[in-house]
Amino acid sequence: MGKQLKVSLIGNPNTGKTSLFNLLTGLNQQVGNYPGITVEKKEGTCRLPGGGKAHILDLPGTYSLNASSADEQLVVESLLRKEQPDFPDLAVVVADVENLKRNLILFTQIKDLKIPAILVINMADQMERRGISLDVELLEKKLNTRVVLMSARKKTGIDELKKQIEDYQQLPVSPCLSVSELDATYFERLQKAFPEEDLYRLWLCVSQDVALKKIDESLLKANEYSERNTPEIKRLQQKETIARYLYINRFLNNAYQVDRTKATDWRSVLDRILTHRIGGYAIFFLIMLLMFQAIYNWSSIPMDFIDQSFAHLSEWTNNHLPEGPFTSLLAEGILPGIGGVVIFVPQIAFLFLFISLLEESGYMSRIVFLMDRLMRRFGLSGKSVVPLISGTACAIPAVMATRNIENWKERMITILVTPFITCSARLPVYLIIIALVIPDQTFVGFNLQGLTLMGLYVLGFGMAVLSAFVLDKIIKNKAHTTFVVEMPAYKVPMAKNVLYTVLEKTKSFVLVAGKIILAISIVLWFLASNGYSDDFYQAEEIVRAQPENTMLSEQEMQTAVASYQLQHSYIGIIGHAIEPVIRPLGYDWKIGIALVTSFAAREVFVGTLATIYSVGSEEEETIKERMSSDVNIRTGKKLFDFPTGISLLLFYAFALQCMSTLAIVKKETNSWKWPFIQLVLMSGFAYLVALGAYQVLT
Amino acid sequence: MIDLTISTIQETINSLRPGEKGIIGNFAVEKIPLKLQEMGCLPGNEVQLIQLAPFRDPLFLNINGNNLAIRRETADLIEITKVL
Repeated sequence: MGKQLKVSLIGNPNTGKTSLFNLLTGLNQQVGNYPGITVEKKEGTCRLPGGGKAHILDLPGTYSLNASSADEQLVVESLLRKEQPDFPDLAVVVADVENLKRNLILFTQIKDLKIPAILVINMADQMERRGISLDVELLEKKLNTRVVLMSARKKTGIDELKKQIEDYQQLPVSPCLSVSELDATYFERLQKAFPEEDLYRLWLCVSQDVALKKIDESLLKANEYSERNTPEIKRLQQKETIARYLYINRFLNNAYQVDRTKATDWRSVLDRILTHRIGGYAIFFLIMLLMFQAIYNWSSIPMDFIDQSFAHLSEWTNNHLPEGPFTSLLAEGILPGIGGVVIFVPQIAFLFLFISLLEESGYMSRIVFLMDRLMRRFGLSGKSVVPLISGTACAIPAVMATRNIENWKERMITILVTPFITCSARLPVYLIIIALVIPDQTFVGFNLQGLTLMGLYVLGFGMAVLSAFVLDKIIKNKAHTTFVVEMPAYKVPMAKNVLYTVLEKTKSFVLVAGKIILAISIVLWFLASNGYSDDFYQAEEIVRAQPENTMLSEQEMQTAVASYQLQHSYIGIIGHAIEPVIRPLGYDWKIGIALVTSFAAREVFVGTLATIYSVGSEEEETIKERMSSDVNIRTGKKLFDFPTGISLLLFYAFALQCMSTLAIVKKETNSWKWPFIQLVLMSGFAYLVALGAYQVLT
Repeated sequence: MIDLTISTIQETINSLRPGEKGIIGNFAVEKIPLKLQEMGCLPGNEVQLIQLAPFRDPLFLNINGNNLAIRRETADLIEITKVL
């Protein structure tokens, strides 16, 4: 790759940093993960006017270099050492014109690290409307830097910024503040302990609230130099913040003026409506309704299309490729596996479309504001609302969305209860079982089946809230509340940003969930198409030799053979083995197999039953017919009768049957403890409830 | 010198009514998140209560020109002097 100029974009949240990133890199960007953690890493390249190229890294938004979350920690770590792979040649600090003072705190910190820095002031087009006047020259002189005024929305100032990036070597690297002035004795002692190190860098390591990881040994020692959160450090941090504000105020009062009479105050008008104690909830409810409408109704069209396409593709593969294990793996393992992931893409895309619209517009903070008090009764935070809503599509993005909850306990509880929310993978299971056991009748004007489905959603949400309430009593709190939410100005969302977010999040969902579901599908295929006994390998001879089968047509014979073979495959053996455990719940070995495979992902339930009932296609009607006519050998009654159906619905409502969720919880909590607890508690509870329901109903 | 302020009830951000302003006084540094201080919640700065959420919590404030929301329990820790 050669020596490419490395530029990091740094800035407060809500400054338009991502818009600037999108403008600089266009589609020349990739989103990956930082190794080991799920913080997104956005990188791209930008062509400079002189013909060179710059590598642009979009660091997570942060208010300062004092990290309180995983995202912020990463920013600090990347700026500490020249040897770090993400250490920038140049920092572009993005500020928005309205909150310039606060934004400059971060800028002075970057300058103190002696990293060349350009200050970009975004939303410059808003200045006049908000009555702001700015003396750029004075600002440049006082901050010892170059200042670029731009508007990501109007796309102005970009060329100027690119030119400045090219000339970065002419930037002065003098610091703004000398920390030793805050407390001479303390800093003298610190410097003596680490004589080789730069003092501000040392102080950053010493004062972090979080334990830094990706730094070299001597800085690591500094990070452990004194106990975290001591009153002394807190006091010095406050002193530092005050000193920075004093530094900034000294020139900003001259360079930056606001004429309030010129400002039109839309924000306060909108806020009075959107956070009204009745109207606010009503509007929130309507927006949620619209969102669910989109996720469930609008996305059903592309989902049906995807479903059918993959079914056709499997069929085509089976018919056109030479018979053999490879074709079978492709048609019955890999293709349905990929199809099982792709089918959720429309829902995930709609979900993120809404979430990014809510976030871009500034409304999301108002939801947090509106819901915090209510959620706190259950040990959750206003910030738990977004993950819980996301959970109705899929628990994976939901767990990832908990990252901005600063309070450890509230974040843990949110992660732990999110899988109770009815995710879209439960939907196909619910639909088929409801169709089997709930009569298609109306009850006081409502369809019974529809009511049951709604009941299951309410049950999931209720269970999440209830278990949060219980967990709140059990889990010990680690820290004070640190709830601080910025209430940004309302903005019209930028189409480009929304589009990029949707693309990016959908892609990362497909990659995370996709890998696991695909792998499990292949394992399942192997287990279902292999066995060790004669019963498996000589299935055809055995079935043909059975006297009651002589009357069967060739088609029926094939079906009977396949079914017999599956019974004696590895997976059939597993199903039989667990039957004693699940018999009290009203299930037989066939449902047992579907339960086992569901632990990969719930939606596999329907596909597995389709295989077991040897239905060639996954067409629902035919599976349903076969299922409804199946008889439980032990009871002599229908297998899928009312008690078994209800027991199954409850089991699926409560059990944690999703490998991908476990994997993401492990990643986000950084330990196997939490996913393990979650798995045991949820599945154990599901078992007991299903057991109780079946025993009571029969 | 006898400190008379002890007998009077110290006002905190919680004593503000919507629209009212105050000047931030003392607070226990270790109990207030640094992030809040970095957003301008520092002794001597102005704070205005813009709006209360339903159930009167959290509080929507303008501190030093920044719009942000904090919980009542945090607001209760930050002393102010009301500005009329």
